[in-house]
Order: sequence, then C-alpha cells, then structure tokens
Amino acid sequence: MLDLTKYNSLGAALRDALDRWPEEVCLIEADRERENCRLNYREFKQTALPLASYLEDNGFRAGSRAAIIMTNQSKWLISAYAIFHAGGVLVPLDYKLSAAEQIQLVAHSKAEVLVVEYHIWRAITQAEGFDGLQVKTVLVTEAPPGADLKGAVRWEEAQSDREPEFVERGRKDPACIVYSSGTGGRPKGCVLTHENYLEQCVALTSLYPFWPGVRYLSILPTNHAIDFMVGFIGPFTCGATVVHLRTLRPEYVREAFPRYKITYMALVPMVLKNLEKGLKARFAELPAPKRFVFNQLVALNRRLTRKRPNLNLSRRLLKQVHEAFGGELRALFVGGAFMDPATLQFFYDLGIQVGNGYGLTEAGTAVTLNDFNPFRADTVGKPLPGMEVKIVNPDAEGVGQVAVRSKTVMSYYLDDPDMTAETIVDGWLMTGDLGRIDKMGHLQLLGRVKNMIVTEEGKNVYPEDIESAFEGLAVKELCVFAANYIWPERSMMGEKLVLVIRLDEGQQLTEALREEIAARNRRLLNFKRVSGYVIWDEDFPRTASLKIKRNVLAEQIRGRLDRQTALIEI
Amino acid sequence: MRTIEETTDEILGLAATHFNISPGEIAPDDDFFKKLGINSLQALELLTRLENHFNVELPDYEIQGVTDFRTLAERIQSRL
Repeated sequence: MLDLTKYNSLGAALRDALDRWPEEVCLIEADRERENCRLNYREFKQTALPLASYLEDNGFRAGSRAAIIMTNQSKWLISAYAIFHAGGVLVPLDYKLSAAEQIQLVAHSKAEVLVVEYHIWRAITQAEGFDGLQVKTVLVTEAPPGADLKGAVRWEEAQSDREPEFVERGRKDPACIVYSSGTGGRPKGCVLTHENYLEQCVALTSLYPFWPGVRYLSILPTNHAIDFMVGFIGPFTCGATVVHLRTLRPEYVREAFPRYKITYMALVPMVLKNLEKGLKARFAELPAPKRFVFNQLVALNRRLTRKRPNLNLSRRLLKQVHEAFGGELRALFVGGAFMDPATLQFFYDLGIQVGNGYGLTEAGTAVTLNDFNPFRADTVGKPLPGMEVKIVNPDAEGVGQVAVRSKTVMSYYLDDPDMTAETIVDGWLMTGDLGRIDKMGHLQLLGRVKNMIVTEEGKNVYPEDIESAFEGLAVKELCVFAANYIWPERSMMGEKLVLVIRLDEGQQLTEALREEIAARNRRLLNFKRVSGYVIWDEDFPRTASLKIKRNVLAEQIRGRLDRQTALIEI
Repeated sequence: MRTIEETTDEILGLAATHFNISPGEIAPDDDFFKKLGINSLQALELLTRLENHFNVELPDYEIQGVTDFRTLAERIQSRL
C-alpha cells in the first residue's frame, strides 16, 4: 500500500498508484454474465489522462467543480480520477434521485462540468428546471448513435492529445462535495477535504487491508461514501481490483462471487438480509440428515470462533458455503443503516465476517467498526484509529448524543454556515444519534435526537424534504416528522415518517382528502414515503419568522397522542 | 404481437403468481411496492421473471423510478 501520510491529495496518491502497479488489473466491469471491460492500472491511466486534458482545455482549473451522476461502472472512476488530476472538486450525486432533484443539486454545487450516463441525461433534459441548468460542459457516456444530446458532448469523444498538467492540491483543500440529503428543502453538501479521505483510508485499511490480487465487488452506489472509499480510494491506493456489476439482480450478485473470486464487498442491510434469506432457503432444502450434519458444523464453528474469527478453519468446516461465495471472501462490510444483530450473528456463525460499523458522510465515512476481537453483534464496534468518540450529556444509563472528533470530519456544509455551526461545535461533530459506550469501548446505538430516518437501503431521509410533496393539500397546515422523533424508541430499526395534519375549522377528513394524501405519497420515491398521518387539532407553534417549531410541536403531540391509536396508516 | 393490454394482463398474472396472491387483488395502476409490500430487490426478482417470460432484457435503469404495473408494461412493450 502507498504510504498515504506522505501525500497531500487524492490526485497525487492515485497518480502514483497508476504508475506503481501498471500491470495489475484495477477494474473489471460486468453486466450480468458478460464482461464489458477489464483494465489494468496502465490502461486506466491511458484512458483517464486524455479526459483530464480535455477538461483542462475547456477551462477546468484548480478548485473547479465537476458532478458525476452514473451507476457503478468503470467510467465513474476514470472520470473521477481525471477530475482529481486536473485539480478539481468532485460532486458525486445519487443516480437514484429524480431528475428534478439532480438538477437542483447540480445547481447548488455550482458544478461547471457534469459527467452523466445517457439514460439519466435523457431524463434530466425532459425534467422541469432543465432550461435553467447552468453547466459549462456536459459529458454523456454510452449515448446511442444519432441521439440528440441537447448540447452535451459524448464522453467517449472528450479527449485531447495534449499531455495534461497534474494540478496539485493541499490536504485542506476540498476534494469532494457529498450531499448527505436535502433534495427537497435545505441541501446538505458536506465539503470533505483531501485530508479527510486520506486519513479515513489509512484508518480503514489498518483493519481491512487491500493488496494486489484483492477483488472488491462494487454494488453500492459509488456516490455513497462507503463505496467511494472501499470501492475506489482504498483498493486503488493498494493496487487491488474493483469489480463493477451493472445490475443489482440478486442472482447475478450471487454468481459474481465465485466468478470473480471476490475478497470484499460492501452492502446495505437490505441486501445482506436478502442474502441471509436466500441462504436460509437453501439450507432448508437440504435433506434432513445433511441438514443435521450441517447444523452441527455451524454450531462447532460458532464454538471454535467465539473468541476470534478463524477464516481458514471456517472455510474447511463449512466448505460448501464458502465455495458458494467464491472461496476467497474475507469480509462483507455493511453500512448506511442500522443492521439487525441476528443477521450479523447468522453470518458470523458461518465464518463470514461482516464488518459492521457506524459512520456518516459528515464524518468522512466510518467512525467505528467491529474489530472481531471478540465478535459483538450488539454494537457497532470501537472507534477506528484516529477517531475520538464521546457521549454528550449522558443520562443515568450513559445514553446521550454521539459526538465525533477526528481529521476525517468534514470542513463545513456548502453555503450554510448556520447549519455548520449547529453541527460542528468546538471541533466536535454532533451526529444527532443517541448511543452509549460500554466498558469494552464499544459504541451502542440507541436511537436519534435528530428528526430524520435512515432506510434499510441506507438512504437518509429528512422529513422537511418530503413536505413539498404535500404542499397545497387542502388543509390548514401540515408537516412531516420521523415517528421516532415524536415518540422516541430505543431502536434504529423500522424507522418511519409521519405526516401531521391540522385541518381547517369544521373541516372533516373526507375520503377525497385521504385519497389525495395517498396519491401524493405514491408520487414520492418509495423510500421517501410517509407511512401514515396524524390529525392534530391545534395550530402549529411557530417562530416570529413563521417557521414551525418542530421540537415544540413534537413535544405537544407526544404529550397528548399515543402512537398506536393516533397514527392512521396509508 | 401482443397489445399493451395483453402485456399488462400477463404482467399482473405473473406478479400474482410470483408473490402468491390472487390475480384480482392487483390492478394496472397499483403501486407494486405498496400493494405487494415488497422492497427494491424483490421488484428486481419479479423483473427477472418478466424478462424470462417475455424474452426481453431490461437493464436495471429502465425500471428506475417505475412503481406501477402500467408503466412497467409500457417499458416491456417497447422492447417486444
């Protein structure tokens, strides 16, 4: 691995990596059972540099911003490197957002360049707000012949023969602007520096090292902090290989493990749960005598690895399971949302380590991670090297808000000094999550103080962002809450959103109104939908500037209404 | 060549079989996430079944943002 403490920027580290391992394979891109491309580090460099040169020829300079909206594929990483080589700031955006949301975030980030896949670009050009999109250069990948690109340039043709200048950046300069949420209301663009990423990479690879020959399967969106780190920066600075799979179909994900001899993979709880379900179904199909023997072997493995994992032993005891995963799998990383301890235990008993941790974009990716010394399914592990974690205002049981201080914490929220000041207090990042640190130094998460939810797919959803979907509804006033914000529960699973409605004087909750609420809810992406609504019979408390006092309203509702009886499901 | 109505009806039938419900319980404009209580991975599993039945290949991005059977039928119809 490169010694990242000696580098000032991601661009410089990646540049050296490309020269250090020229013949090692860095990228494999597969679509179902077909392999689209395979590049070694030398070929990667040969593809990326003409693009960097093209960007520079078109006025891209140190500090210029470039957004990427793409699914997981080789051109994502090639474009990202070209942007860093040219000294740019990368704005990775979620390809799953609606076109209108993408337009809004591109505008907010003030990106001069947009790199986008054709099908996403097509949707953007048809969306409301497209005419106002101010981007100097748009590069579109994989556009079919003859397609009307509305002024954009084909990515494949965006090349210049001139040797590009490598533009060095400092450790404190912004490397990326990552949106942790805020598409409907207040965009939260986390400005992360080169130092944030370099430090994070050092911390993570100290627990989970990469080396040439290691293969990481990338299915989490690369704009996601986890995949960006363990599916790009980590493997590339160690000469390892990233395998992109351009489908999330479970059957192809399963086949990819043995086909590409995968070493690591990161996933969200929903996908891990799905893997668990599939494995349990296969175990249940075993004939009774075989199932008995298998269960005995699982129990034996559990006993023998109680204190610490023993991968070689587990691979021998449960050979068929490990072979189904390709025989080379060392660990799965789960993140983005809270993971059910029972699922973690299920995989651990099979000898498959699931690196369960806790992190947030604002902290640069991961804050804590399970070190398997010993395995604990009930916590999110210990702070990574270089991370300080404390509990603010703990109650009698030691539970309070989790705060983090480290070199990986973002600099600020883009163009939002007020929110930055609320979030970073005296150098500590206030996470808005509730937790406690046990005697072993493990962090346990026990709910949230902030009004937000995280879905099983790892999506952060802020209630304020949902409200615009219900604007103009024929009621006196409304607002959206995380149900646990109104009625706190010491759990981070099954989080839901609730719409609170104040009807006009004498107004009834009619069938037409119910249908209108349901119809508007349906128009939202499925992970953003409210699960139900509450009818509230008082005017909302408001500030002098007429903003809803959400904490006061939540307290009032909590005082008078019970969750089970008040909530009307949609 | 199937009509769009026939394609839609076949999709409803296949979805009902796949998720073990009676065909009358779902309609073209239903939101399949909500109506069937499924997540995005289960929707992808259904898509694989539909691809095999109609003998077409639909990239994942083709159903990005699609939540109702009617739109799904239109996407499949365009590739028949």
